[in-house]
Amino acid sequence: MFEHSKDRIALPPSDAQVTQTCCHFCIVGCGYHVYKWPADQEGGLAPNENALGLDFRQQLSPMQVTLTQAMTNIVQDDDGSYHRILIVPDNDCKVNSGLSSTRGGQMASIMYSPETPVGSNRLKYPRVFTGDEWRDSSWDQAIALYAHLTKRIMDDDGSDQVMFNLFDHGGAGGGFENTWGTGKLIFTGLGTRMVRIHNRPAYNSECHASRDMGMYELNNSYEDVQMADCIFSIGANAYESQTNYFLNHWLPSLRGQSASTKQAVYEEGETIQNTRIILVDPRRSLTVALLEYAIDPENILFLDVEPGTDTALFNGLLSYVVDQGWHDKAFIDEHTTGFEDAVKANRLSLDETSRITGISKDKIIKAAEWAYKPKESGHPPRTMHGYEKGIIWGNDNYRIQSALVDLVLATQNVGRRGTGVVRMGGHQEGYCRPPYPGGRPAPYVDQEIIQGNGQMLTAWACNAFQTTLNAEQYRNEVLRRSDIVKQALRKVRGAGPEEMAEAIHKAVKEDGGLFVAVINLYPTKFAEAAHLLLPATHTGEMNLTSMNGERRLRLSEKFMDPPGTAKPDCLIAADMAHALRKLYEAEGNTEMASRFEGFDWTTEEDAFNDGFRRAGQPGAPEIESQGGSTGHLATYERLRAAGNNGVQLPIKEYRDGKLIGTEMLYTDGEFDTDDGKAHFQPAPWNGMPETVEEQRRKYRFWINNGRTNQIWQSAYHDQYVEFRRGRYPMAPLEINPEDAQDLGIESGDMIELFNDYGATTAMAYLEPDIKTGQVFMEAMYFNSVMGDLVTPWTDRNVIPYYKGTWADIRRVGRIEDYADKVSFKRRRYV
Amino acid sequence: MKLSRRRFLTFTGTTAAGSAALGGSLIFNPAHAQEGSQQPGKVNLDYPVTTLNNAADLKVGQPVRFNYPDDASPCMLVKTGRETRGGVGPDGDIVAYSILCTHMGCPVSYSAEQRTFKCPCHFSVFDAELNGQMVSGQATVNLPRILLNYRDSDDAIDAVGVEGLIYGRQANILPNT
Repeated sequence: MFEHSKDRIALPPSDAQVTQTCCHFCIVGCGYHVYKWPADQEGGLAPNENALGLDFRQQLSPMQVTLTQAMTNIVQDDDGSYHRILIVPDNDCKVNSGLSSTRGGQMASIMYSPETPVGSNRLKYPRVFTGDEWRDSSWDQAIALYAHLTKRIMDDDGSDQVMFNLFDHGGAGGGFENTWGTGKLIFTGLGTRMVRIHNRPAYNSECHASRDMGMYELNNSYEDVQMADCIFSIGANAYESQTNYFLNHWLPSLRGQSASTKQAVYEEGETIQNTRIILVDPRRSLTVALLEYAIDPENILFLDVEPGTDTALFNGLLSYVVDQGWHDKAFIDEHTTGFEDAVKANRLSLDETSRITGISKDKIIKAAEWAYKPKESGHPPRTMHGYEKGIIWGNDNYRIQSALVDLVLATQNVGRRGTGVVRMGGHQEGYCRPPYPGGRPAPYVDQEIIQGNGQMLTAWACNAFQTTLNAEQYRNEVLRRSDIVKQALRKVRGAGPEEMAEAIHKAVKEDGGLFVAVINLYPTKFAEAAHLLLPATHTGEMNLTSMNGERRLRLSEKFMDPPGTAKPDCLIAADMAHALRKLYEAEGNTEMASRFEGFDWTTEEDAFNDGFRRAGQPGAPEIESQGGSTGHLATYERLRAAGNNGVQLPIKEYRDGKLIGTEMLYTDGEFDTDDGKAHFQPAPWNGMPETVEEQRRKYRFWINNGRTNQIWQSAYHDQYVEFRRGRYPMAPLEINPEDAQDLGIESGDMIELFNDYGATTAMAYLEPDIKTGQVFMEAMYFNSVMGDLVTPWTDRNVIPYYKGTWADIRRVGRIEDYADKVSFKRRRYV
Repeated sequence: MKLSRRRFLTFTGTTAAGSAALGGSLIFNPAHAQEGSQQPGKVNLDYPVTTLNNAADLKVGQPVRFNYPDDASPCMLVKTGRETRGGVGPDGDIVAYSILCTHMGCPVSYSAEQRTFKCPCHFSVFDAELNGQMVSGQATVNLPRILLNYRDSDDAIDAVGVEGLIYGRQANILPNT
């Protein structure tokens, strides 16, 4: 609960309820404890009088606790009772060891409380748009409308007219329960192919290449970085985006504090050396800047590549490594296929590599030596390759990733402790769904919508208005088509769900309209187009399982009631399935009715048991679950007992009351392919896509974009939290001072960015570390949508090149009230 | 940055006079958590008034350490050299902060060049010229500001209160202090 500059805090009494939870936000998934107690009580200062067991009668020493008002709140349960909550990091969690980040540390602040901006903005009841206003509604009425309309559209024109923008995440509103519930409804029940996933315009993976080559993209443990000789960080900004993985694992390794961890797993006689780090990033990120302060600069190699040239870098390195004979011939012969072809296809000389990437030959050689040259003892170095948006959102996702994994395979930097080729990750994961029915490449759903296809679109726990590519055109088309339905709804009076569905159906079938349902925690920007809003729950308001970037599965326990009548997504899906089944039964269509059977869930645990725990079991349908066929070993009860350390998937066994997991994949050299071998893939350097190249030719600035530490994803919570919105009233945009001066721009000025695809605004933030001709902008912000500038170009699997666009910039003006309240000091630790 | 003179004058008034009379004389029961002020019309705890330095003795870029509201709470008095929101003194550029990082309590250091406070443990940066706003880093609240009162008559600066919770405390005033 917000109170200005409060100089005291209420401590949890020693008998406060305590539950476990994972941070909702980034992939790292730090462990936290939630304390909850009646609002009119508080604990005492002596260690035996408060649940933290700390002695507040005196000043605590550093590192003993993290305890601020942002970690507290007052919540109200369904029975009207008020409780205080305190959410603090778990010292015993191996992931974060008691550290909290600026995101997770504020978890209590974003929990529903009737008296906060978060509380007043949360969706509490279903809402139906009546043409000119929103009306709160009952679940029965809202679901009936949804089911009647869905059935009409499916019956008349087929299930592909029913389209979805669908989340895939763990954490926050996701989890194995909710991905399963929605997947079962949409793939098994409705059977539509027209589904886009999370932040992409089609249903695909951001790691198709790695998987095709035989490697799941999360294949090591966070601890492996402490066993590494070299960390190869590519297009990742770990301090801001995977904070406590960086602070609790990378930093100790790079500071030479993990020699004993190395000793425990290294071969006899193997050289133990200081961990070094190679960072590939066109921008001198906060991670680069603070490492130059925090560790021996001799152990850092920063490769500031030209944007979009990573493929050339990896191919140059592969060619050099093979020429030096540093590749692992025995491993290649025994466990891989396609090596010779890949080396031939990818071959790039050092001169060419240097010319394309802008990296000097000396640095390329140094990188090759650090990462791949045999150590003094003759052992190959253990290099952990971590990549993120620079590749995921880079120039031809599939191509770059293939080139990287080729390099990794050639040097066997997978399946050995201290190695791994892993995506660093954005959000936590929790994927468990029936197989997607749409094949690969999947339909480019955004383009289908833009072209006037689809009669009904449900945006479920994601928000493409802020997060898609070519966003301006997409938004305009969705809004235009939505308005046709709004016009129709204005003429409807006194209609029940069936009559309403009839009127909507005419508008979408005959008049080119698009019916839009949004299922979310908040009325998001996408809700501007919506006709139906359904309120969902998130972590803390339901039991929810997710896994982090090292496949660590944890149960986040429910500790409070959701606002109003909000429900877990899996149970919303079940309501929809029930309603559709009844409609088909009523007309005697048993075949269709049977597709909506098997949703007899009363709790989220039922959905967990139905999906995650049934995968691979006898009699179960095909289920693609990150838990694999041993997910059945994980029960809620066992996960509760496993605490915030949980278990790393896949689970090997349940023994002596404990779940035993898997720290590292592919240690046996058996890969996820038909023949068990890892497959090299040719990935020659292919330049820039012409669509993107055209923007580069026409416009002055490369619009690099990504996260800043304090803001999570689309800022769906952050926009209502003063500490965050006050810091960033608009998306910050870092620009070089020379460029800024040339354009008459000062820190705090509002600027417009524009190119052939759209325009957006941001707040200028002068930063000398940004190169001239480049800027860096917060992506996906609620009032500054960078995606407006992104071209519709995608790779072969319909993965966008979010990092690849150019635009011009002009000064718009200045809102003094914004500029006065925002610090424009350098964010880098310099 | 343009500053509204009116806005920062609100921090430099004479509200400290009341608590001066009671400074150091409050008795707390250590078994209980700190309550709010015992005085009518006040929301925050009762802070002592502690005279720090004369404004004339402060030099730009040379911060002065002091403890407030008690010996266990290290703070820093800074003359930023630029008129600063909430700043006091003849040039309106004197501010003070707790130097315990609100994240995990490591002592922050002052960067005279950037006019920021920086934490070496987890790299949080706070703006000395903007109420301790977190510029970047892992904290979840800003750096607590020490409220100052400047007396024209003798050029003295008093610490009169704290805005924000000091790291490692249930309340800014410890029992029995």
